[in-house]
Amino acid sequence: MHLTNLFKIALRAINTNKLRSFLTMLGIIIGVAAVIAMIAIGEGSKQSIQSNIASMGSNMISIHPGADRRAGGVRQDASAMETLKLKDYELLKAEAKFIKAISPTVSSSGQCIFGNNNTPSSMYGVSIGYLDIRQLKVEEGDMFTEEDIRTSAKVCVIGKTVADNLFTKGEDPVGRVIRFKSIPFRVVGVLKSKGYNTFGMDQDNLILAPYTTVMKRIMAITYLNNISVSALTEEHTEQAIEELTTLLRQSHKLREGIDEDNFNIHSQKEMMEMMNSTADVMTTLLLCVACISLIVGGIGIMNIMYVSVTERTKEIGLRMSVGARGIDILAQFLIEAILLSITGGIIGVVVGCLISNAVESIAQWPVSIQPWSIMLSFAVCTFTGIFFGWYPAKKAANLDPIEALRYE
Amino acid sequence: MKKTVIELQNVKRDFVVGEEVVHALRGVSFKIHEGEFVTIMGTSGSGKSTLLNQLGCLDTPTSGEYLLDGIPVRKMKRRERAVLRNRKIGFVFQNYNLLAKTTAVENVELPLMYNSSVSARERRERAIKALEAVGLGNRLMHLSNQMSGGQMQRVAIARALVNDPAVILADEATGNLDTRTSFEILVLFQELFAQGRTIIFVTHNPEIAQYSSRNIVLRDGLVKEDVQNTNILSAAEALAALPPIEE
Repeated sequence: MHLTNLFKIALRAINTNKLRSFLTMLGIIIGVAAVIAMIAIGEGSKQSIQSNIASMGSNMISIHPGADRRAGGVRQDASAMETLKLKDYELLKAEAKFIKAISPTVSSSGQCIFGNNNTPSSMYGVSIGYLDIRQLKVEEGDMFTEEDIRTSAKVCVIGKTVADNLFTKGEDPVGRVIRFKSIPFRVVGVLKSKGYNTFGMDQDNLILAPYTTVMKRIMAITYLNNISVSALTEEHTEQAIEELTTLLRQSHKLREGIDEDNFNIHSQKEMMEMMNSTADVMTTLLLCVACISLIVGGIGIMNIMYVSVTERTKEIGLRMSVGARGIDILAQFLIEAILLSITGGIIGVVVGCLISNAVESIAQWPVSIQPWSIMLSFAVCTFTGIFFGWYPAKKAANLDPIEALRYE
Repeated sequence: MKKTVIELQNVKRDFVVGEEVVHALRGVSFKIHEGEFVTIMGTSGSGKSTLLNQLGCLDTPTSGEYLLDGIPVRKMKRRERAVLRNRKIGFVFQNYNLLAKTTAVENVELPLMYNSSVSARERRERAIKALEAVGLGNRLMHLSNQMSGGQMQRVAIARALVNDPAVILADEATGNLDTRTSFEILVLFQELFAQGRTIIFVTHNPEIAQYSSRNIVLRDGLVKEDVQNTNILSAAEALAALPPIEE
């Protein structure tokens, strides 16, 4: 028997029982809509976390000093370790190929004063590359120059929060002199606001100054707190980390296979993976709930198909008497079940997308509808149709035509 | 000598009910030739229905052999019998058995839906032709629930004709109809008989035997009587003789 004929027969059966067909589909519709919406919400929050981290620089790598394990002795806090030197920075800057920008970082916290205003802040001694690494932009004025770095000039670029707290009368900060730990710095630029990050940290409460200035004039140190690097692209992060490790080991004269690294390299990628795994757990949980509703929908189909077979026993008997084989009857009911579940699936996808959009516009949650979730829903629907349609269809196919014809 | 369409050779059919064995058919033998109009009669429990199921290839004999159009049926599988029914037999039931909420033409198309060698176009053409043959050429698109009993039975007969079967099996085909409509259906059967169709009409109504060419009477699972009817009455005349419908 032609498959097209079977489709026609199944379509006719669905058409003659529109309301019941719709009610049968309802379970699948709700299930699929739930799956689509849940995945969209889960992925949306995941993407918002990712973009949050990306705004800090997704290809950012930071090198922290580690314990010098060769000599034993007292283990120190990372900030007190002195294993990262300027020459490391200069070597990496000259030799590393997989990096886009690099900046040494030394930081010091303290009170910042202008006129009769003061505010606590942190001063970061960095190079010009830091702007690129942390995705910062200078809104007013300019960044300090290489010349400023060379001459350890007392200039700085301040964050929005610092600017707002110090210049309360609406003065233009650029060109003004502020004091940090009693040392006067001339403000050359103000950074564009980045707001708070995922962890609730104010990303605008900072002061950038040439690293040479901070090292010599404020902290009086010769080592670096850390080195910030950005890889060429996010994909190059791994290669960049490997390269940086090799170069640093050479620079620190660590013996192959004997000495452990006396520095730590972290990438934002690790951070992102951690955050993603949290989001993934949430998505998985939501998905489980959605899947259960899909199964319930499937059982609904089975239920109705079962009733439908009983109700249409006489029709089955007739079909058999005019020459339908068991397999024809099986195929008819199976196709009917699959059509029901797929049609339900299509409606479910539409409803799911609508719900996702509603969530986005009403609850202001970030959502992202995933094409794969739609594909998955379709696959599951077809499977549900076959799986839950099989038993009733088999029952129909095994009916005895004589009994079926006599059934009242 | 005309071609033998149906040949029963000592057909027995036993049913096991609980611990007892019920002998529904105890050895039935007869031949039906092409172009015969045979009525099979018998009281309730005579084995009529069982015989009809055998003839319709819905069931197989416990012993003996049944040849339909020369094809032995007894050892056939379910699937093979389904195909045989599709090509060789046209059923007409007492309660019409039309698909609900389905048009006449779609109902008639049904047997051909299960025959993949018939294209959709040919199927439609043959269905229309069959409906025209039973006088429903103007009701092709009527739904089954919009028709009278007589019309529904005509659709059922068209459905039985559409696959050009070797034999038409009618099971109490006039049982649900009033006298006038019954005669109208009988007229139709006689027309088909005149065209050379082989018809087997199972009934418990002795009147109908007068309009057929041969009458087989069953009792207790055996053929009690098998007589040729030399004086076939015309159903058309009987219909004309009925008192006119009072308005």
